[in-house]
Amino acid sequence: MAEVEIVSVSKAFGRTQALSDLSLTIGNGEFVALLGPTGAGKTTALRLIAGLEQPDKGSIRIDGRDVTGDAPADRDVAFVFQQYSLYPHLTVFENMAFALRAPTRRVPEADIRAKVQEIARLLHIETKLDNKATQLSGGQMQRVAIGRALVRSPSIYLMDEPLSSLDAKLRGELRLELKRIQVDLGATILYVTHDQTEAMTMASRIGVIEGGRLMQIGTPREIYENPVNAHVAARLGQPAINLLPAALFGGAPAGAETIGARTEHLTIARGADGDVSATVKRVEHLGDQSHLHLDVGGRPVVTLADPEAGFGAGDVVSLRLNKPLFFDARGWRVAA
Amino acid sequence: MTSATTAHSVVEPSATTRRFAGSLVILYAIITMIPLVWIMLTAFKSPDDAISYPPKVMFKPSLEGFCNLFTTRSRQTPEFIRSLGPPQGMCDEIARSRNMVVAGPSNYVPRFINSLIIAFGSTVLAVALGTLSAYGFSRFRVPLKDDLLFFILSTRMMPPIAVAIPIYLMYRTVGLSDTRLGMILLYTSVNVSLAVWLLKGFIDEIPREYEEAAMIDGYTRFQAFVKVVLPQATTGIAATAIFCLIFAWNEYAFAVLLTSGNAQTAPPFIPIIIGEGGQDWPAVAAGTTLFLVPIVVFTVLLRKHLLRGITFGAVRK
Ligand SMILES: Nc1ncnc2c1ncn2[C@@H]1O[C@H](COP(=O)(O)OP(=O)(O)OP(=O)(O)O)[C@@H](O)[C@H]1O
Ligand SMILES: [Mg+2]
Repeated sequence: MAEVEIVSVSKAFGRTQALSDLSLTIGNGEFVALLGPTGAGKTTALRLIAGLEQPDKGSIRIDGRDVTGDAPADRDVAFVFQQYSLYPHLTVFENMAFALRAPTRRVPEADIRAKVQEIARLLHIETKLDNKATQLSGGQMQRVAIGRALVRSPSIYLMDEPLSSLDAKLRGELRLELKRIQVDLGATILYVTHDQTEAMTMASRIGVIEGGRLMQIGTPREIYENPVNAHVAARLGQPAINLLPAALFGGAPAGAETIGARTEHLTIARGADGDVSATVKRVEHLGDQSHLHLDVGGRPVVTLADPEAGFGAGDVVSLRLNKPLFFDARGWRVAA
Repeated sequence: MTSATTAHSVVEPSATTRRFAGSLVILYAIITMIPLVWIMLTAFKSPDDAISYPPKVMFKPSLEGFCNLFTTRSRQTPEFIRSLGPPQGMCDEIARSRNMVVAGPSNYVPRFINSLIIAFGSTVLAVALGTLSAYGFSRFRVPLKDDLLFFILSTRMMPPIAVAIPIYLMYRTVGLSDTRLGMILLYTSVNVSLAVWLLKGFIDEIPREYEEAAMIDGYTRFQAFVKVVLPQATTGIAATAIFCLIFAWNEYAFAVLLTSGNAQTAPPFIPIIIGEGGQDWPAVAAGTTLFLVPIVVFTVLLRKHLLRGITFGAVRK
């Protein structure tokens, strides 16, 4: 394991600027998540670190060594791909042993066997080792794909949405397991995802990336509570933050154009004694809680409500703001 | 209300359609098989039965065609034949009944061996070169890629006869006329264009992530190619090999012009097998029948890959 530094790296594909001036340091043993929408440049960032792409500008250092010009094989990284992660012509065992059997590595066959079995047990696939890679369920394939990387002890594990193809339940399970394994092994991981729950629950730090730029990096708490701009604020939180014109409410600080109100910033009451009044348009019952769709001066607002509260479509309610976030005309944060 | 029993699947053909399609295929198979069956029958006829009119469907089978294919014979007087000892095997006996004795082996076996060496040699070369170039075209940024690919294909557009004379002159100058090496190189150069195009399609379908994963795992590009790309391209390689082999095996025009003795292949040799007073049809038919065997064996061995290969990947699991 080692520290990995990305120093002002830019990369363009033809006219698409996939990454602009990305700087990021992943500390030894750290789990960093890169969170961003599709096309943000997340995969490109991983491919640059792995050496599958060459940066147009900037450099990459692993353990203090500049590896910018090195071949992928010389960088000592492991990669879990977004798709096509297993070799269909090999068995599960052969897939997992593939990296250890690289001619340059010269690992004795007995050690390979022991290592693969150890990791397979960790991932609960030890009974599937003799299967062809194509004879597995989606969840098992994903475990094998992660296992392919875990048999090695590289400087850094690069994981590109390894859980994205799974259903919600499996994703939840594997998320916990992967975090446990990372802690047990003390592994350094750069984990790419567009799923905020994965980022929030697994990462020690989250980097929010959008349009090829790193918007903010910090602990999940920092990112959630102190987003630098409206983009970052919109990435986290369920339901998503409500962005409303500041003029709708009183008391916004100078320069604030937009108010960002998450569920916890909104207090709803029946009647009309709050800051503004709103109409309930629709109630989505999710079981333990409900999503309340409101109309506030012609603007949609979504917030959570206790199902017991008994709001129904057409009800008139009042909203009170409770230390919301403020953003200026270009979306940057304005101190309250 | 539409009942479930009358509704039929959009993708599955109905039983009637299937039966109709099946009969068409069988009819077509019969039509194409008739000439082959006729050749095989002729191989077992006597020279008289072979040319009798109306043609005989029922006849007394004879191995004379095969004997004449593998031997040369000389005519002798009955007295001389009587003075010889007992006949040396079945062919000698048949020959003596026609007042001839077996003089020695014919050229069929050496010509057949030439065919094997030249066809398999050029197939191996064309497929190997084709796989490597197809991989290059598929994976790397090659300057003028599209123009180069078109140029490679365009070499297939010329009829062989258009280039036969220049090649004949060139081969004579460099000493490649009537050599197996010359024929292997010639067939390779014709087949490699087909191989590049077919294989590029197959390799394009193999995700690059597979090699990239291998390269991150410590393999060189070439090792990744061998360990990851080749095993997944076997279907395409097998289909391409069969196409190349069939071309090289059956090729006639170049073979007639460029080979005469040492390197002559079977196709120009078989039709000119001469017997008593003209073409020896049973021997020609026997030579043709045996000539079919290697292709049939090769195709049967690779048939697992063929269905997927020849439909160019359209049949997927
Ligand atoms: N090889 C390439 N050639 C051309 N454009 C590319 C290439 N790879 C990526 N891009 C472009 O670069 C941008 C970033 O792509 P990237 O794959 O890094 O996105 P991503 O964040 O991983 O998205 P997703 O969540 O959909 O996987 C996109 O606009 C994409 O179209
Ligand atoms: Mg991606």
